[in-house]
Amino acid sequence: MLARTITHALVGLETRRVEVEAHLENGLPGFAIVGLADRACQEAKHRVRSGIASAELEWPLRRITVNLAPAALRKEGSAFDLPIALSILAASGQIPRDSLAKHAAVGELALDGRLRPVGGVLALAEAALEAGLPRILCAARSSPEAALAGIEPVPVRHLADAVAYLRGEHDPEPWVPANGRPVEPPMLDLADLRGQERARRALEIVAAGGHNLLLAGPPGTGKTMLARRLPSILPPLSPPEAIEVTRIYSVAGMLAADRPLVTTRPLRSPHYSASVAALVGGGPGPKPGEVSLAHRGVLVLDEFAEFQRPALEALRQPLEDGFVSIARVGGRAVFPARFQLVAAMNLCPCGARGDPAVDCKCSPQRLSAFRDKLSRALLDRFDLVVAMPRPRAAELAAPPGEASDPVRHRVATARKRLDVARAAWTKEATTLLDRAVERLPLSGRGRARARCVAETIAALASENAVAAEHLAEALAYRSPTELGAP
Amino acid sequence: MSELALAAFAAETGSHLVHMPRDRRFRVFARGFDETGYLTRLRESGVRWVARSASHFPPLLHAIHDPPAGLFVRGAAGPDLLRRATVAVVGARSCSPYGAQVARMLGRELAGAGLVVVSGLARGVDGEAHRGALEAGGTTVAVLGCGIDRDYPAAHRELASRIRASGLIVSEYAPGVEPAPWRFPARNRIIAGLSAAAVVVEARDRSGALITADLALEEGREVFAVPGEITSALSSGTNDLLKLGASPLTASTDVLDIFGLTAPANESVSLGPSAEIVLARLRDSPASADELARATGLDAGALASALTELELAGCAVAGGGVYRAN
Repeated sequence: MLARTITHALVGLETRRVEVEAHLENGLPGFAIVGLADRACQEAKHRVRSGIASAELEWPLRRITVNLAPAALRKEGSAFDLPIALSILAASGQIPRDSLAKHAAVGELALDGRLRPVGGVLALAEAALEAGLPRILCAARSSPEAALAGIEPVPVRHLADAVAYLRGEHDPEPWVPANGRPVEPPMLDLADLRGQERARRALEIVAAGGHNLLLAGPPGTGKTMLARRLPSILPPLSPPEAIEVTRIYSVAGMLAADRPLVTTRPLRSPHYSASVAALVGGGPGPKPGEVSLAHRGVLVLDEFAEFQRPALEALRQPLEDGFVSIARVGGRAVFPARFQLVAAMNLCPCGARGDPAVDCKCSPQRLSAFRDKLSRALLDRFDLVVAMPRPRAAELAAPPGEASDPVRHRVATARKRLDVARAAWTKEATTLLDRAVERLPLSGRGRARARCVAETIAALASENAVAAEHLAEALAYRSPTELGAP
Repeated sequence: MSELALAAFAAETGSHLVHMPRDRRFRVFARGFDETGYLTRLRESGVRWVARSASHFPPLLHAIHDPPAGLFVRGAAGPDLLRRATVAVVGARSCSPYGAQVARMLGRELAGAGLVVVSGLARGVDGEAHRGALEAGGTTVAVLGCGIDRDYPAAHRELASRIRASGLIVSEYAPGVEPAPWRFPARNRIIAGLSAAAVVVEARDRSGALITADLALEEGREVFAVPGEITSALSSGTNDLLKLGASPLTASTDVLDIFGLTAPANESVSLGPSAEIVLARLRDSPASADELARATGLDAGALASALTELELAGCAVAGGGVYRAN
């Protein structure tokens, strides 16, 4: 007696079709799961057995073999509980076997038979739809997320519900899309920040051009405050972008129950003790790291120079390519990671540099060790570097600065302009660029970055051509000599 | 028994010697010393030897009370460079942006007027003085406190090779001598000895640069000190020098005057109207970009543009987010 349920396994963000086969035969009663199931998956035995008993169904007292095919793919996690239970029930004739052919199933069983949500339902539902299955059985809390894929979710609260539904005895309450969008929590606003006009201006340019920004200055000058306010001036996520971000958060198991679709740009700020795997993703069954969680959003790295060197260097690939590819014994996973990086750091280990009121006490050796940590290659990836010296008391007493809303509108206009066409260059601007390459320490990449930033500045000024003053402003945000070799 | 044997013996025994010792050990060493072989090896590694008794040994250095046995010399320039009018620019290793700016400016303007700038290749003021001189296309001499084959500090290896390309690197120590703290004051006496005048840019209370100034005074050389803020620990050494009677240096012409030189005429640069306004404000005192924006009424974008114009024209420099007129 054989029955089969279709489900999918996650490999990174991608999915593989998995057939859960249950076979019952005569012999000593026993239960075995085969097909490279990991520990959480092996423990499904106990959950499935208790779940079936709690649903007042019959546990077949025969020799049960469950196979998760293809057998060569490692299966992880508890999402296979429901398909395993349904296969066993179908094999023992408690639900009609053909009813399973039109349904995908995913979910973790509780000992009392209730169904718990699992991560990655969006990706699994998309895969099910692609495999030609019109419906997916999943936990009630996961159904809004599954519905985003365009599949019809069948919300299951208890294993008994699923069985009654598959037997055609009763329809579970149909899933109703929630009315309207949930209220978004208010974002941090730029109006909270006083003074620091140059850094604000740089933030606006960064938002318009999708550049990376490094803020350097003594502690307490508002570097972190400013960095955290970048999402508030970025345009909202487009629907396809929102699905991309939601897929990642779903796989990471970080989706809020009341907000199935991520609609705000993510802001991630990992602590500086973060490891390489935490930043770019990893683990035996690869999980997305901070760079992917910040996809289409902002990654803030505060105390940039305190991060481990390998972790910083690992950022170079995603910064360049917009994705991370992680190779493990079990296979290779690719996570999208198109984020904007905003880093904040002090100008020296003691933090006093750039502060007129305090003397820097760093020895030359410590200072050079501090600077050596940031490789030229990494610094080169910041399009804009802004030094934020300590503001005078008069600046802090100034009225609050411009709020985020008007800035966001300017950013959106500039983005549209940049999407349409590349700006032309005036002759003066080209001459100035050549002169700057000669006079300033400007690498080839630095030259390309200055060009790029100048084009953004021209777009913000609603100009069709890059003028000399736009390029001159872009050059003012180049990496200062004190952060690297002169 | 030659001076070269003395220098080689000092390197061998890790000691500092300017006179022939009368002990047996040195006599045995000198008897077995292969001077031609040693000179060949030096030549092969690009090092020349100028003995104290040689006619082209710099006379100013010869005049101090404990001149070295001779100088090991590396670089494209001939040893005659050391006989030209020289000025030492020295100061703190951990200098402020102000000190770095002044050192660079002095290096540039003094070398531009034809003086040879002598310094110690150290971090901070020394390095900036060398860089300034190279920037002006002038010649500069670095005096090492370790063997002539070492570029110390390692961070200045690149700078050292640029100095060698047009100027000289000199040391009284033979190849192989490790840098040691006690060798640096000895190095300072050579810096002071080579120079007709010495400028101290920034120095703390017990800075090595003050040793150079003391030695220069003892030898009757002109000593200048750059005045600094009285509240800054980095300027306490130089301000004390001024109190003791050193000449205050407020422009490079103060030094050029004693050599009877004049600064080459500045090429005038034309600046945009906003750049002129910003420069006028910067001449009062250094300021951050935001302070400048407030003072001039320019918005952040226009100001950034004006500041780059000033930087490219060489009228302003930036450090730690603060801009200074140059």
